[in-house]
Amino acid sequence: MSKLHVTTTVNGDELDFVCPPEETLLDALRGRLGLSGSKEGCGTGDCGACTVKMDGRLVCACLVLAPEAQGAEIETIEGMATGESLHPLQSSFIDNAALQCGICTPGILVAAKDLLERNPDPSETEIRYWLAGNLCRCTGYDKIIKAVQFAAAEMRGETA
Amino acid sequence: MHFVSPQSTEEAARHLAEGGAKARILAGGTDLLVQMKSGMVSPETVIDIKRIPGMRDITEEDGGYRVGAGVPGQQLNEHAGVKSLWPGVVEACDLIGSTQIQGRCTIIGNLCNGSPAADTVPAMAAANAVAHVVGPSGTRDVPVADLPQGPGKLALEEGEFVASVLLPARPKRAADAYLRFTPRTEMDIAVASAAVSLELAEDGTVSDARVVLGAVGPKIIVATAAAEAIIGTKLDDDALEAMTKACRDAATPIDDKRGTVEFRTQVAGVLAKRAARIAKDRAGERT
Repeated sequence: MSKLHVTTTVNGDELDFVCPPEETLLDALRGRLGLSGSKEGCGTGDCGACTVKMDGRLVCACLVLAPEAQGAEIETIEGMATGESLHPLQSSFIDNAALQCGICTPGILVAAKDLLERNPDPSETEIRYWLAGNLCRCTGYDKIIKAVQFAAAEMRGETA
Repeated sequence: MHFVSPQSTEEAARHLAEGGAKARILAGGTDLLVQMKSGMVSPETVIDIKRIPGMRDITEEDGGYRVGAGVPGQQLNEHAGVKSLWPGVVEACDLIGSTQIQGRCTIIGNLCNGSPAADTVPAMAAANAVAHVVGPSGTRDVPVADLPQGPGKLALEEGEFVASVLLPARPKRAADAYLRFTPRTEMDIAVASAAVSLELAEDGTVSDARVVLGAVGPKIIVATAAAEAIIGTKLDDDALEAMTKACRDAATPIDDKRGTVEFRTQVAGVLAKRAARIAKDRAGERT
């Protein structure tokens, strides 16, 4: 089938690519734009490893067709750090050992960042529900939740 | 596969009619893409309706709200007006999937996917929601309760799709509630569910009610006898017991890995009873 030309904004940069109509946004990001930070876990929207922000809302990039991204604003894990300086969530995940294999981490960071933008002081329950669609088979989640709480407190200016 | 982004509902209906069984409407994609990936459907044309003006809007209409087919769950859940008028519909929507799914999933997709366990369908049916259907020969408005026909089956003609749903106006002292049973607290599918919408008279008597069950039959069950059991009462224990029994009598569930016939029948009654109490409490606050 004929390929489609898609123009989209990723992490503030206007980019374009050509893809078959059935290609997912995740495959386009990873395969065509070289943004391999978003991972494919299940491919069916259950695991959250491919979480990106699209037009202000979290989505599973594996459940978005790439042509749908025409004219959209997309934020991925690659846009999270500023140059060499990590986002407080990223630093917190390292400091609190909130990752092991790392496959789920980009999706969790993107999702947690959106949570803290909406709610700078979420309860543990709120964090757990917000991240219920991000599966981690290594950590048992406790360290992830603690790392988000730690980063949230730091971003509120409450920790030394 | 062809990907088209029509600019009007008429254009979308034309694509859908031309494509026949090989065409699919794409709104949130949280069901369609999963079905495409599993090989369950292999559409030749995918019609993305989200670029049609109004599809992503929630608009006030005659004291109610019209919800476009492209409105994601999160957008509905954030809408203070809908939440206040139809809290049961919003809580049903909020139960669907994860945060990421909420960023895309739509209540109309939930309806059109045709799952007997869909969360928003009992809630919309209890709300007397009306679907605006667009097709090659024009448009029509159909009660949401009349659309489900069985698993994956809707009372839609070829080339027809649901462009929006109207959650109607309602008087003061009226509210709704939705409850479901799932083994897990999040990211699960209803084993049984119940939606109750009711109106109270000034003295607190139930003046009107609708009770709709989900996941206990091939399609939602509008439990008229259950509603009649509480109309004219103040939801005293006897009335609630009669309503619970009527729900159990109406339920026609199957045995499967998620629940037995006995369990689903029992739980459907319990959920309806609890939902009725919640709806009544909420209605009492809306004066």
